[in-house]
Parts: sequence; structure tokens; C-alpha cells
Amino acid sequence: MVKSITTGSRFRVTFISWWLVWILVHSLMVNSYGVKPIQSLTDSILCNLLLAASCLLITNNMKYYLPQKERYWYVLIMSLVLSGIWLVAVKTILKMVFKSDENYLLFLDKSIYIRYVIGFLMIGCMAMLSLLWYTLQEQQEANRRKEEAEQMTKDAELLKLRQQLQPHFLFNSLNSISALAGSQPEKARHMIQQLSDFLRGTLKRDEQQWVTLEEELRHLQLYLDIEKVRFGHRLVTEIQISDGTGKLYIPTLLLQPIVENAIKFGLYDTTGEVIISVIAKQENKQLHITISNPFDEETAVSTQGTGFGLVSIYRRLFLLFARHDLLHTSKTGTIFTTTLLIPQHNYESSNH
Amino acid sequence: MKAVIIDDELLARSMVKEYLLGHPEIELVQECSDGFEGIKAIQHHQPDLIFLDIQMPKINGFEMLELIEQPPAVIFTTAFEEYAIKAFEAHAIDYLLKPFSKERFDRAIQKWQQQNQQERRADTDKLLYTAGINLVQQNRVVVKDNTRIKIIPTANIQYLEAADDYVKIHTAEGAFLKNKTMGYFEEVLAPQNFIRIHRSYLVNVQLITRIDPYEKENHLAILSIGVKLPVSKSGYTKLKQALGI
Repeated sequence: MVKSITTGSRFRVTFISWWLVWILVHSLMVNSYGVKPIQSLTDSILCNLLLAASCLLITNNMKYYLPQKERYWYVLIMSLVLSGIWLVAVKTILKMVFKSDENYLLFLDKSIYIRYVIGFLMIGCMAMLSLLWYTLQEQQEANRRKEEAEQMTKDAELLKLRQQLQPHFLFNSLNSISALAGSQPEKARHMIQQLSDFLRGTLKRDEQQWVTLEEELRHLQLYLDIEKVRFGHRLVTEIQISDGTGKLYIPTLLLQPIVENAIKFGLYDTTGEVIISVIAKQENKQLHITISNPFDEETAVSTQGTGFGLVSIYRRLFLLFARHDLLHTSKTGTIFTTTLLIPQHNYESSNH
Repeated sequence: MKAVIIDDELLARSMVKEYLLGHPEIELVQECSDGFEGIKAIQHHQPDLIFLDIQMPKINGFEMLELIEQPPAVIFTTAFEEYAIKAFEAHAIDYLLKPFSKERFDRAIQKWQQQNQQERRADTDKLLYTAGINLVQQNRVVVKDNTRIKIIPTANIQYLEAADDYVKIHTAEGAFLKNKTMGYFEEVLAPQNFIRIHRSYLVNVQLITRIDPYEKENHLAILSIGVKLPVSKSGYTKLKQALGI
């Protein structure tokens, strides 16, 4: 969240003392032109209170709306307009208060230009200060997000490596190879090949941030093939990609954990045949991927809580795109569906 | 000697089968691909030995064991090198880490054959205890409801009540009996906010809405589900401690 410039006691103290000093200077100055002390003070208090209010107004406005381009023109025009409004208000009120005093009214008319210039400078200064403050804040926020995203990718990769080198996958695969080596050595050799390709692919991808869907699916297919050797006919996968989607980009290591999750829950939640489907299409310049697996409400809830292990994916998507609406899960009957949206416009900026 | 293999991977089963060929005194009576089949096979064949995988569909190896009245000797065959396995190591029950060699397999069989009846019994008891703790660590308890197997997330347990040799597990869906002691559940459920408020009651603290005085030194805990449970003097002390009052 962007921190407001006006929060914090340091700002308040500075702001209030500045205006107190300025009220004093203003009234002394007006007084030196021969205006009565009480009139000078009223004039000064009114002018400066309204001016202070205008300054707060413009800074608050900039907190919620900071134009991306032509920031300086925006500041200039806003300050010109706001100081104009302020001047009209001040003049009207002072004229009403001191309508019987000819001398004062004459002085007011004469001083109108200098008042406008001072008001404009004050508001302009405040606007520039706010602009710098919020720009800085925005940059810091963006940097923080970027750093966190990088860290997350690193962590995800490490975790990925660890996961893939864990007993569940690697040792079970090795066990399958060992079993095959006795009875079907040709198949054993083939599986060793698949496992090596998969591991090599995993090791290779730690520096790349984005890959095409095609590439990601090729890697995924290796994984699926190995799982199919292990689970035999129980595991069925359906992958459908619409024309042209294969060339779209996807952050690495995003799809695979979701599919792995789907397989894990499909295989360990049910006892029959498990169909895992991955459907990719393009919608509004976004890559739209749907992954579904069968599940059982009872066992799924008790072993996994609510997240289905997707929390880190959700977090990574937020860090990459600053959006919370890219990952959806839904349950229809005994099918659990995960929907993933990958905006394509971020690809350029994030990759370079 | 009869043996059963329980593993969800065909190749893993075929490996054990192959190794068993070297032990003609052991007759392989059935191969099972999940825990449900495993339970049926064990009840039907009453094997002397089972080869059991841990990670399997629906109910895992530990859960399956818990549901069998008198489990046979168990040799684990698993790739699951995690905390649970360390506990088994200490209990001298053999386990084979996949992939394992013929020599390692033979050693496990030899070890099992050298054990006498008593040692086997003691090992199985320890095994069941460890398996139970492991399950609760996974936040669930399995019970048998007639022939149906029910998996209860620990968060869904309202309270436990002592009932002779059993413990009655109360949930929103009704009560289930489990052949365990209150002391056992008190120990394993302690980290999950369950407190033994009475000799006969172990309660899910999150459900307590009020504690009223009752008679001289006793209290009554009123649960959000409308149940009132007696709280003993020592139970009240524990409860106060847990709730920070």
C-alpha cells in the first residue's frame, strides 16, 4: 500500500508551523501597507486557512489519482485552477466582511495579482512535493514487488527441484525402473531416458523466466509419461490446445505444479481411473488454461485443508501481474477444476 | 506362511513378487492395489506377513493398519523417507526404502523369521501407536462404521467420550466408536486444542462458549452445539490454562 504523505506527526507539525509562520508574515506585510492590525490579521488568517485547505486538497487528490503521463502539465494546470478558485473565494469573503471600508477594498484590488502568484506558488509547491513523494512511493512499491517476484521464482525453482528429487517421484520412478530391469529391460532403458530428459529439462530452466506454452507442455509431457509408467492404466491425460495458443507465453514452473497437484489429488483421492485434462485457449489476449481432476470431498478436505496447495501459485501470479483474479478453482460434483489466466502484455516488460 | 502385497503401483508389486520367488516357504496369497482391498484380503486370508506401501489412494498404509483388529507382521515398502519412518526405525520394525535390493529384501525376511510371536506382537503394537500419531499429525482419524470406512478431519471432532473399552468420537454427523483409550487421544490431540476436561471427556476447545459453575467444585462446559459437559476440578485448571483466564 502506498503511504500517504500526510500521515505521520512530522508532517503535521511541519505543516501547521509553516502556516502559523506564514499567517504572521502575511499579516505583518499587509499591516505595513497601512491596513489596520485587526483587518490584517483577519485577512491573513482567512487567506492562509483556505490556502492550507487547498494544499491538503491537492495532495489528497494526488494520493488517489496520479497521472501516468504528462504529470507536470497536470500539476501545473491543477495548481493554476485551484489557486484561481481560492482567490475568488478569498476575495468574495473579504469583500463581504469589510464592505464598508473603502481603503481596504482598494488595497485588496491592488494586491490581487500578488495574492494570486503567492497562492499559485504555494499550491504548486505542495503539488510538486506530493508528486515526488508518490512517484517515489510507487517506484519503491514496484521494486519491492519485483524483488519479491524474483525471490519467489527462485524459491519455487528450489522447491521444484527438491520436490522432483524427492522420494515420491524420483525414488518411485527408480523403483519402477528396477522392477522393469528384471522383466522388461528395454522398457527400463526407455524409462531411464525419459527420466533423464525430464531432470535435464528441470535443471535447465532456472534462468528463464518465460517460456512458450508449447515448451512448457513438452516438459510436462515427459513428466506425465513417467507417471503413466508408474500408475499404468489408472492415469489418463487429455491435453487440448486451441490453434495458436502454443506460441503464447507462460511463466516457467507455473503450470506444472498445478498439474502435479491435480494428478496427486486425482490419484490419491479416488481408487478408479483418473482423467486429468488440460485445456488451453486464447481469450481477450489472455492465455486461458483449465486443469481438471477428479477428487473426493471427504478425503480432500481432511488432508489438504482448503487450498489444494495452490496458495503459492496464487501468490506468484500476484507478484508477476499485480492481480488477484488470475487463478480460480471450482468444484462440480467430483471434478475439481483450476482455471489459470495468463495476460500476454506483461510478457515483454517482464522479460527484458 | 502366507503373505499379501499392498501397493498401488503394479511395478512395485511385481518387484516384491519377483523377490518372493526366492522364498518358497512364503506363499503370496493376494496382491492389492489399495487399502480397501488390503483390509478385505487380510480379513479373508489372515496372512502372517504383509508388504505395505504408505502412500496409497483414499486411505494410506497407516490408516489401513488402524482399521484391522489384529494386524499381521508388517514390512513397509515405501519411498517415503520422512519423519514417520524415523519413528519406525526406532521400533525395529523393518521397512524397505524403494528401490531396494534383493539382499536387503532377504534381510528383512530373515529378520522377520527370527522374531518370535511375542516380539512380533510387541512390534505391531508399537507400530500401531506410531501410525496413529502420524495420522493425527495429518489431521484426520479413520473409523469403521459397520462395513463403511469413515475419515474424520480432527477439526470436525466435537468431543470424545469414554465408553468402556472404546472411545466415542462425536461429530456433527453422529458418533463413532474407536478402539483406543482416552489417554491415547488426550496425548495425540493435545496440539490440536483438545483438552481433557473430565475423566470421561476430551473436548474441542474451540467449541466451548461458556463455562458455568456447577455444584461445589465442579463446572459445566457449554458447547456451541448445545451440549453440556461436566468439568472436573483438574479439568477446570487445564481449561483455564488453555484459555488464558
